[in-house]
Amino acid sequence: MWVHTRDVRRARIGPYPGPVLVIRVDLVEEIVAHARWDHPDEACGVIAGPEGSDRPERHIPMRNAARSPTFYEFDSGDLLRLYRDMDSRGEVPVVIYHSHTATEAYPSRTDIAYASEPEAHYVLVSTREPAGDEEAGPEFRSYRIVDGVVTEEQVEVVETYMFAHTGADDVPDHDLLA
Amino acid sequence: MAVTVSIPTILRTHTDGEKSVEAKGGTLAEVIEDLESRHGGIAGRLISKGSLHRFVNIYVDDEDVRFAGGLDAPVGENSSVTILPAVAGGMR
Repeated sequence: MWVHTRDVRRARIGPYPGPVLVIRVDLVEEIVAHARWDHPDEACGVIAGPEGSDRPERHIPMRNAARSPTFYEFDSGDLLRLYRDMDSRGEVPVVIYHSHTATEAYPSRTDIAYASEPEAHYVLVSTREPAGDEEAGPEFRSYRIVDGVVTEEQVEVVETYMFAHTGADDVPDHDLLA
Repeated sequence: MAVTVSIPTILRTHTDGEKSVEAKGGTLAEVIEDLESRHGGIAGRLISKGSLHRFVNIYVDDEDVRFAGGLDAPVGENSSVTILPAVAGGMR
C-alpha cells in the first residue's frame, strides 16, 4: 500500500523545508484503511500525540455521527470523551483527519469554517475513484488551517520517528519494541 | 462556590493561556456573561444572534447543552462547564 502525497516544498532550509507533517507509515496505512472501510461515507478520526511534541502516535478512529458521503461530525459525547482521555494522558490532537469521497483531498469551505485547532495537522484523504493512475494510491495531503487561512504542507512518511527530527531520539518507537 | 469552565486551545487567547477559569451564574447564559466581564470577546466566540454557535459544543456536567436547554441550561454551584470546538466538515 502506498499513498499519493504532494511535493509542496518551496525552499530547502533545515531538515524539512517549510511546514511538514512527519508521520509513521503504519498510521498512514490505518487512516487510509479507515477511509476505505467507511466509504462511501466520510471517515474521520484523530492521531493524538504528547503535547508539544508534534508527533502523531495514537490513532483514535471516530464515528462519523453524520453518516454522510458529504459531511462528517464527531458525535458530541464521543468528542467530550476523546478530549478527556487526551487530557488525562497529556496528549493533544496532532492530526485531525477525514476523507472526501468524491472530491480532491483539499479542505472545503465547511472544513475551513469548522477548523479550530490551530496547532493540528488537518489531513485529508480522498477515496474517490482514481483518475487513471491506480498505482499512485489514494491522495493523502496535510494542511494547517489557522484563522481561515489554509497552508498545505509537506508529508514525510517515515518508518520510525527515531531519525525523523521529531524531538528526543531516545524515545523508542512501539514497533521497534514489538 | 464557583463554576469551573474548561477552555479549549482556540479560546485561550481570551484567558491569558489558562486552560480552566472560574465563573459564576445559575444558567449557561449567566456563566458566559460573567466570563465576558473578565475575558472580553469570549462571548462572541460562543454565541451568535442570541443562540449558541454551531461551531462549538458546550457541556454542563458532561451533558451537551443542546439537549439540556441551550443557553438556559441550569448550572449548579459546583458544576463544571466544558467548551470544545466541534470537529466537523464536509465536501462543500
